[in-house]
Amino acid sequence: MILDKRSKYLRSLIIRMIKVGKRGHIGSAMSLIEILRVLYDHFLVFDPLKPSCENRDRLILSKGHGCLALFAILADKKFFSKKHLDTFCEPKSILGGHPEFGKVPGVEASTGSLGHGLPIGVGMAIAAKLKNKNYKIIVITGDGELNEGSNWEALMSANKHKLNNLCLIVDYNKIQSYGNTSEVLDLEPLSKKLSSFGLHVLEVDGHNIEKIKVCLNTFQNNLNCPTAIICHTIKGKGLPFAENNPSWHHKSNITETEFDKINTALSIKE
Amino acid sequence: MRKASLLKINEIAYQNKKVIFIGSDLGSGVLNDMKKNLPNQFMMEGVSEQNIIGIAAGLAFEGFIPFVNTIATFLTRRCFEQIAIDLCLHNLPVKLIANGGGAVYAPLGPTHLATDDIGILRTLPNMTIIAPCDSVEMKNLIEASINWPSPMYVRLGKGGDKIITDKKEKFIIGKGIIKKEPQNGLFVTTGVMSQMALEACKILEKENINCGVMHLHTIKPLDENIINKYFPKVDSIVTIEEHSIIGGLGSSILEFCNINLPNEIHKISRIGIPDQFSDQYGNQNSLLNYWGISPKSISLEMKKNLLRFKDN
Repeated sequence: MILDKRSKYLRSLIIRMIKVGKRGHIGSAMSLIEILRVLYDHFLVFDPLKPSCENRDRLILSKGHGCLALFAILADKKFFSKKHLDTFCEPKSILGGHPEFGKVPGVEASTGSLGHGLPIGVGMAIAAKLKNKNYKIIVITGDGELNEGSNWEALMSANKHKLNNLCLIVDYNKIQSYGNTSEVLDLEPLSKKLSSFGLHVLEVDGHNIEKIKVCLNTFQNNLNCPTAIICHTIKGKGLPFAENNPSWHHKSNITETEFDKINTALSIKE
Repeated sequence: MRKASLLKINEIAYQNKKVIFIGSDLGSGVLNDMKKNLPNQFMMEGVSEQNIIGIAAGLAFEGFIPFVNTIATFLTRRCFEQIAIDLCLHNLPVKLIANGGGAVYAPLGPTHLATDDIGILRTLPNMTIIAPCDSVEMKNLIEASINWPSPMYVRLGKGGDKIITDKKEKFIIGKGIIKKEPQNGLFVTTGVMSQMALEACKILEKENINCGVMHLHTIKPLDENIINKYFPKVDSIVTIEEHSIIGGLGSSILEFCNINLPNEIHKISRIGIPDQFSDQYGNQNSLLNYWGISPKSISLEMKKNLLRFKDN
């Protein structure tokens, strides 16, 4: 997929943060952008002026290391001023290497250690049912994150409670920190595994805006069980030299030459 | 004590629809009444403790008051990270009701012995740790816990423990109780060790040594006022705990005194479980006795400590 102006713009906000912090999970954030973009542009109910309003949809970025993408879209949606992007990882910044509840408006739970978001999301989804509320709970996990057993425990509970208000989105970029997920700890057959845990499973190109929209509409209309959307993505998407390159999972000490290449790829004028 | 806690939770759940009970895979028939009459407030989520802590966090985020109940070691050892991040980092009002504190599960061996639970959890900011001494105090605690704003760990004794709580006694989280006024020596205790300390006092009385008992049901936060008031008054202080000698009540007292009462530190002796995994079965009393925790041994320690103080 060729990135349009908005996708490039959101990526440029990530680079704006990286230029201050000089580090970050760049590859992990770049694969997420279109997923978050569709959610915030077209699907989620939220009010940036009242980030805790009762009837909002809840989104938990369980792969907290992808927070650069979340910060970019939250700033874009005016949950906080874009000026904060220029403080990334500074001592008193609200924006650090993982998203923190209470510090960053719009962040529903502090994440970073993997395998926590889905159980919390299950609890929130049960709570919505108990309160007879219609809001949705979206939990985004990474692929390597699904190595954690707590996710599979949570899926059993999600199925038991028929949580049709819960959607698991897997950012399946096929590369975890050390290397290919197929080599480190293979998830396949992921779709069958999730189906066998009682989820309605959809698979989509995680950079295709229209197709992601279709999947989210299917979730919206699913009355019987939790939904899983496996988003096939490209780690480092938008930066040709970083795409599918494990060394860009997390990057520090980025050189000026590398920044030049990034600017060129995203058409950023300095 | 466990039965008292569950019945109290059940009773409160009828009045407060925010109360949710989550068990793991508890014994058959536990809280049948709640399951039948309050099905929306009762969950049994299987042997998935990490998941259960996360679910409890999610419910608490949404304004519910979850009580999670399972075996102490499964909560503290297995779910340490979930407790640290899901509960403590977010400072959510989830109550962890932990079965089998200390040597309760003696016949089941070291996988089930919660000898390190207090030490494990005491390091976590926002965590409150409570070890009630009997079923009366337990009921008072459950009632008081409803409006407590932070995560709370409640360590349960075996059950059938001698009642030493006066029904008129006021229970305030974080406030210690003087079970017996001290003269020469003071036992500082938590949980069911308070009963043992009272027995030790009777042994010592026969030798005209008058000791008191300070029951600190709340180990964290520590009641600093009661310690500041009583420690300077006595000649000897012996802490007693059904917990590893590392990291529990005694350690907490020493840490406090190190900063606040440095002149009292030399009076303190600590009794707890040695730094080793259990290598015996038997029952709670036999195991405690094996570890040197009995009315007789703690009274001897008090005598020894009083002499040591005199020598100094």
